[in-house]
Amino acid sequence: MTHDPIITGLAALAAEPPHDLYDRIAARWTLVPGPIGELSVAFTDRGIAYVHHGDGFAETFRRRFGRPLVRAERPPAGLVPALRTGQASGLEVDLRGISDFQRDVLLAARTIPRGEVRPYAWIAARIGRPKAVRAVGTALGNNPVPLLIPCHRVTRSDGVPGEYVFGASAKEEVLAGEGVDLARMRELAGSHVFYLGSDTTGVVCFPTCHNARRITPPHRVGFRTLAQAEREGYRPCKVCRPG
Amino acid sequence: MECRDPVRKALLDDLDEGFGELFNAYRGLVFSTALRLTGKWADAEDLTAEAFLRAYRALADYDQDRISELQPRAWIVTIVMNVWRNCARHKSRKPPPHLFDEPVETLDPGEGVEEAALRHETGDELADLLVQLPSDQRAAVVLRHVVDLPVSEIATVMRIPQGTVKSHISRGLKRLRTLGGAR
Repeated sequence: MTHDPIITGLAALAAEPPHDLYDRIAARWTLVPGPIGELSVAFTDRGIAYVHHGDGFAETFRRRFGRPLVRAERPPAGLVPALRTGQASGLEVDLRGISDFQRDVLLAARTIPRGEVRPYAWIAARIGRPKAVRAVGTALGNNPVPLLIPCHRVTRSDGVPGEYVFGASAKEEVLAGEGVDLARMRELAGSHVFYLGSDTTGVVCFPTCHNARRITPPHRVGFRTLAQAEREGYRPCKVCRPG
Repeated sequence: MECRDPVRKALLDDLDEGFGELFNAYRGLVFSTALRLTGKWADAEDLTAEAFLRAYRALADYDQDRISELQPRAWIVTIVMNVWRNCARHKSRKPPPHLFDEPVETLDPGEGVEEAALRHETGDELADLLVQLPSDQRAAVVLRHVVDLPVSEIATVMRIPQGTVKSHISRGLKRLRTLGGAR
């Protein structure tokens, strides 16, 4: 039989893929403790992709992301402490497959610190789409990584928690666990107060801003609108940026 | 009753675990095909990942009957070919930025592809010649001689008659010899 070097050479061109190639295809999943009970979490080579509470995790993941799921040996580094402390801004998240608008909304929500809340209109203003308040609500409602991107920190300005991926009561529970006093926000809203200023610094904040919480009662001034505060010589806080 | 394909059985038992079996069974075949069609390692990784993702998404929509009739090897290679052709079509819409900037390799002029293949260090010379083939010839040669598919399966995968597969292969091999000799 003739030995054809081209045929031999071609057969030698077969190659194995890099050992981690499956990580680009499949996602891994794990169960971790969270503030409202056990959570199912899926992650890829790019970061955390999906956080789910309750039944139907695998089916929902498959429908939404179209990737095989493989059980992980351990949770990705940093996930459990991030859920425990509510400080998850350093964690990588995989936001592939969502619209630019939703990405902007989620990244804006991500800047809200633990223990504070912002109104939906604040997100809309931050991303340069001041009229898209309803769309902001929808984008937050479809947050694939709740708790890690704290969409629960976006609430109605009257102190009513508003919609949440895991349900409105879970939202209030998570916020209470982070030290947000929604009852007080509702009380303030009942007296038409949505902003708090300090007459010593001349700065006006959202009520849950850590700067607002430091104002002592004798110096605390309530405002219904930012325009009203500005007319009286107050400037918007540079931390919570109400305007 | 025919002996059941183990990958097909695994897919029927559990889609996600079975898909891991499918990947392990065909990753070398898919990656080798992708690497020799595209000629670039990074493109081969992208093509392999994309093809397996599409395969998973298709399987998720198949019912049990469809999965039990699946010929996994021909099916996955068909997906690779489709993804590759789509990518190639996208790329051909805009001209390549540096058409004439391909590195010119200096080979010993006395050494033809046969000797180069015999030296078979990395097979890179032959791989470079392979990507110069017209795409149908390249596909047929890669499927037949790099990953060792039978002609009948190549015909299914490329959706052409077996006779055409054979002629693509023989023209491809002939051209490889000519290209090799011309160096």
